[in-house]
Amino acid sequence: MINETLDEIRKKALEAIGQASDPDRLNDIRVSVLGKKGELTGILKSMKDVAPEDRPRIGQLVNDTRAEIEKVLDEQKQKFEAAILDAKLKSEAIDVTLPSKPLPVGHKHPNTIALEEVERIFIGMGYEVVGGPEIERDYYNFKALNIPDDHPARDEQDTFYISGQFLLRTQTSSAQVHEMEKGKLPIKMISPGRVFRADEVDATHSPSFHQVEGLVIDENITFADLKGTLAEFSKKLFGELTETKFRPHHFPFTEPSAEMDVSCFKCGGKGCRFCKGSGWIEILGCGMVHPNVLRMSGIDSKKYKGFAFGVGLERIALLKYEIDDMRLLYENDIRFLEQF
Amino acid sequence: MNASYSWLKAYVPDLSCSDQELFDALTLTGTKGETWHRLDKNLEKIVVGQVKEIKQHPDADKLVICQVDIGTETIQIVTGAQNLFEGAVVPVVLSGGKVAGGHDGGPLPENGIPIKAGKLRGIESNGMMCSIEELGCDKDLYPESNPEGIHIFSEQDGLPAIGSDGVEALGLRDTLFEFEITSNRVDCYSILGIAREAAATFKLPFVKPKPQLHETDERAEDYISVRVEDKDLCTCYCARVCTDIKIGPSPKWMRDRLRSCGIRPINNLVDITNYVMLEYGQPMHAFDLDTVAGHQIIVRRAKDGDRFVTLDGEERTLDHDVLMICDAEKEIGIAGIMGGENSMITDQVKTVLFEAATFNGPNIRKSAKRIGLRTDASGLFEKGLDRYNAEQAINRACALVEELGCGRVTRGIVQEIADRTDNWEDLPDIPFNPDEINALLGTTISREEMIDILKREEIIVNDFGEVIAPSFRQDLNEMCDITEEIARFYGYDKIPVTLPKNSATTGGLSWRFRVEETLRERACYAGFSQAFCYSFESPRVFDMLRLPADAKEREAIRIANPLGEDFSIMRTIPLNGILTSLSTNFNRRNKDVHLFEMGNIYLAKSLPLTTESPYEQMQLTLGFYSQSGDEDFYTMKGVVEALLASVSLLKCSEIAPFPEEEKKPFLHPGRQAVVKFTDWKDHRAIGYLGELHPAVAETYGIRARTYVAVLDCDDLQYRASFNHHYEGIAKFPAVTRDISMLVPKEVPAGDIEKMIRQRGGKTLESLQLFDLYEGEQISEGFKSMAYSLVFRNKEKTLSDEEVQGTMKKILNGLSGMKIELRS
Repeated sequence: MINETLDEIRKKALEAIGQASDPDRLNDIRVSVLGKKGELTGILKSMKDVAPEDRPRIGQLVNDTRAEIEKVLDEQKQKFEAAILDAKLKSEAIDVTLPSKPLPVGHKHPNTIALEEVERIFIGMGYEVVGGPEIERDYYNFKALNIPDDHPARDEQDTFYISGQFLLRTQTSSAQVHEMEKGKLPIKMISPGRVFRADEVDATHSPSFHQVEGLVIDENITFADLKGTLAEFSKKLFGELTETKFRPHHFPFTEPSAEMDVSCFKCGGKGCRFCKGSGWIEILGCGMVHPNVLRMSGIDSKKYKGFAFGVGLERIALLKYEIDDMRLLYENDIRFLEQF
Repeated sequence: MNASYSWLKAYVPDLSCSDQELFDALTLTGTKGETWHRLDKNLEKIVVGQVKEIKQHPDADKLVICQVDIGTETIQIVTGAQNLFEGAVVPVVLSGGKVAGGHDGGPLPENGIPIKAGKLRGIESNGMMCSIEELGCDKDLYPESNPEGIHIFSEQDGLPAIGSDGVEALGLRDTLFEFEITSNRVDCYSILGIAREAAATFKLPFVKPKPQLHETDERAEDYISVRVEDKDLCTCYCARVCTDIKIGPSPKWMRDRLRSCGIRPINNLVDITNYVMLEYGQPMHAFDLDTVAGHQIIVRRAKDGDRFVTLDGEERTLDHDVLMICDAEKEIGIAGIMGGENSMITDQVKTVLFEAATFNGPNIRKSAKRIGLRTDASGLFEKGLDRYNAEQAINRACALVEELGCGRVTRGIVQEIADRTDNWEDLPDIPFNPDEINALLGTTISREEMIDILKREEIIVNDFGEVIAPSFRQDLNEMCDITEEIARFYGYDKIPVTLPKNSATTGGLSWRFRVEETLRERACYAGFSQAFCYSFESPRVFDMLRLPADAKEREAIRIANPLGEDFSIMRTIPLNGILTSLSTNFNRRNKDVHLFEMGNIYLAKSLPLTTESPYEQMQLTLGFYSQSGDEDFYTMKGVVEALLASVSLLKCSEIAPFPEEEKKPFLHPGRQAVVKFTDWKDHRAIGYLGELHPAVAETYGIRARTYVAVLDCDDLQYRASFNHHYEGIAKFPAVTRDISMLVPKEVPAGDIEKMIRQRGGKTLESLQLFDLYEGEQISEGFKSMAYSLVFRNKEKTLSDEEVQGTMKKILNGLSGMKIELRS
């Protein structure tokens, strides 16, 4: 008799759940069947009429029925919730191809980007990065670099003069001398900075531009070390496949001196318009520090040797980022800067 | 320096490499090739022909029909040229061939101009007779060739065989190289110098010309005497005299070589001096001896204000540092620069005085600059020439006079040499130490190989282990110089590639650079892009920025030789660069542009600069204009605070109103503030910010509100820090109190906040303005302000009484500032 009633309740409940169309209805069913005044609770209440020996069995039966109904109710509820969430998400779909809200971040100047790349490479090799004055004494810009008065190199670099012994430095090489004069050895440094030459502004010239000077002084430094260091630098700056070529050249403050070409990073050395068909691009000047320069800065030129190099920052920026006109670097048009 | 393959081969007879090989190999041993091109480029199927018959074209007045013998046959060619005659020997391009250019002398087309047989006004024409420009040559270098007509081979030069290679006959089967010579290699500003390098590069014999002179019995010193008065400026003066001069054209081989170096042939005598200058790198001069008074040469300084007419007809003003060549009565030439009109060679010359000398290089350079006359000769002399070369060159010139039959050479050289010493003694002692050389290069070159390399360059290692360099190698003074010689012929490419093996060093940015980098990064994060501006500018900038006449900023360092007034002073204030850049952007219609620059200003301790270096102060300058009006002064203030915070300086800085007398005239008077460290006793500014004065914005053409800020990086880096200190996250609850008040308009918020912070003490955690209102409902002269104060004790829960006590102190403070509370 109770069996049948339970069965009836179960059937009715499951049918109602199956027909329920929203979570509210499910809740109604839960209350009417499982609630305090619900049908199943009513059965439990009438257990006192059941024979004591039957009670455990009937109790078990009621609980089973309750568990089954609860399970189906929960399942159904989850289905509804999933459907609701689904609908909500569907309604919230957006057009991801609409424009972004850009973060108003500024842009570094290409000179700075190039400089930071150069700095990173040399810092990784243990170099210090130091500065030096832009308004310089003749001694540091020329004399201490083995360029005495009347040396033709003074004419080659059209110098801006101030007054007395002061001029605008024509090369960051002057920073070498300041570093050597500190008297701390060994030296491993690069010195970036602004230099000045009396050139009219055009696509490839500017009266003020930037160089990075490098100087290493220690015992047993060789020309082979210079080659190795700059070959490593070139690979890091222009790519692992970059090759280097050293050609004899002349600078008053180094001997032997060289100019370094790198294999064209556009065509890989096959020759293209970028490298004017030669496959090589001239990058920097370098050499072994002239003993006169060491001596003038109070360094024992018998014991210590060194190498130095100087690279034009704008030259690297123009080449690396394929900028075709140097004037762009000083106009500061935001449409130019934003590309870096 | 230009050099043709054939001229180099004259001294390196075994030279047989290709043009490209010569170019590359010389570049790798230090004579850098700039360009090379073949002179016979695009000249195809060109033969020597002879005009046999000329007939008028029946249908064209300006055309003639020629029968031209080209050796194998006679062909018919129609031409418009006016200078032909029967028997003329001419270059003929056959049908299917090519010429290099048009007859109008324009730029040469890359692939030449093909020539095909065709009909001209109905008459068959089977080729073309060529003008010198069609052959790709510069007509200015061929005075003997009619520029309007066909090039006609001259009988005087020896006629080429009919039917033979026309390009060969023109001397165009050759290649022209252009080399960059470094300033230390004066000897390579000569064909012989480059040939010597080529011989050493390819390990081939170098065959120098050996001038053979016959000389007459007359003695040169009977014709001329030489006296050098200013021996400091003239170390060597050689003179030779040639008589019975016959002026005429020089031979074709000489003209062709001169042309290859871009020099126009004139006559045999002039050509000889030019030829020797190219060959030996020694400039020479020829005087008409009959114009030399007293047959005497005196080399001395000019007097200030002397005037002198050079052979180009220009009158020049001289001074006491200009060296002159004079005769017994007058000046006849500016030493090393240009001869005088009064002694120049004319076609009537009978006796010639040749001069080959060495002058003080720097003096020539400076004189040429002062006089404003730079010549090929002065360009060479200023590099400092080898005085032993002068004698060889003058002998070579005289040998050519004999060889060309243009005169007779008298016996001997008349010369004066300052501090005549033995050849060897005045050369520096250079030790030869192969171990040291290898140590510097990182190589293991044998002693023998080193000696062999040096020998190829005429550098000798003697039995005492010393290096003896030839006199023309004035650049060799020390062992490092010898090391370079060995390295470049051993091959830079063969030197190993290693890294320094010595002491490990820790690299890194200097402190100053690290602070600057941090500030740059932060400026970018804040939306500003980096500008680069010039360090020099126009003194007008001070007026543009409305600086008063006595402003300290006007005491700027001046460049003695600026590119122009607009670039004549070193900036003392960094704003002009950024404002100019903003203006550029505004004019180009770029919206809401934000820029910053990191660059020096230059402040003299005293002017003019004499002994003390100026201060170079790194400035971070920011500027933006906002057309949209979304941003204002407080935007810039936030940026400045973010920058200060990036180097841990926000807490010890304040942004305060400028004292009236320190206000910046280029900023809006009511919208500017000073940045300073709160604990610096002198309250010196470390920067400022504000809205640009509308008059200044107008001057720069920026028609939008513009805001700028300047921070002195030197001051910032002095105190900057990258240390961080964790203060814990509050565990105990906070108490919030809001105060709403009526504040006299002139009381700045900064003063109120300062007072609240002082009185709030340690437990005042934060203070925030949440309402600011002026206008209706607020009495005239007042503003309504509301702050939210948060109190917290880190160790315990704050009691009401404690907060009450602190609040009371604050409220007392407020009433002391005539501030009323609103309820």
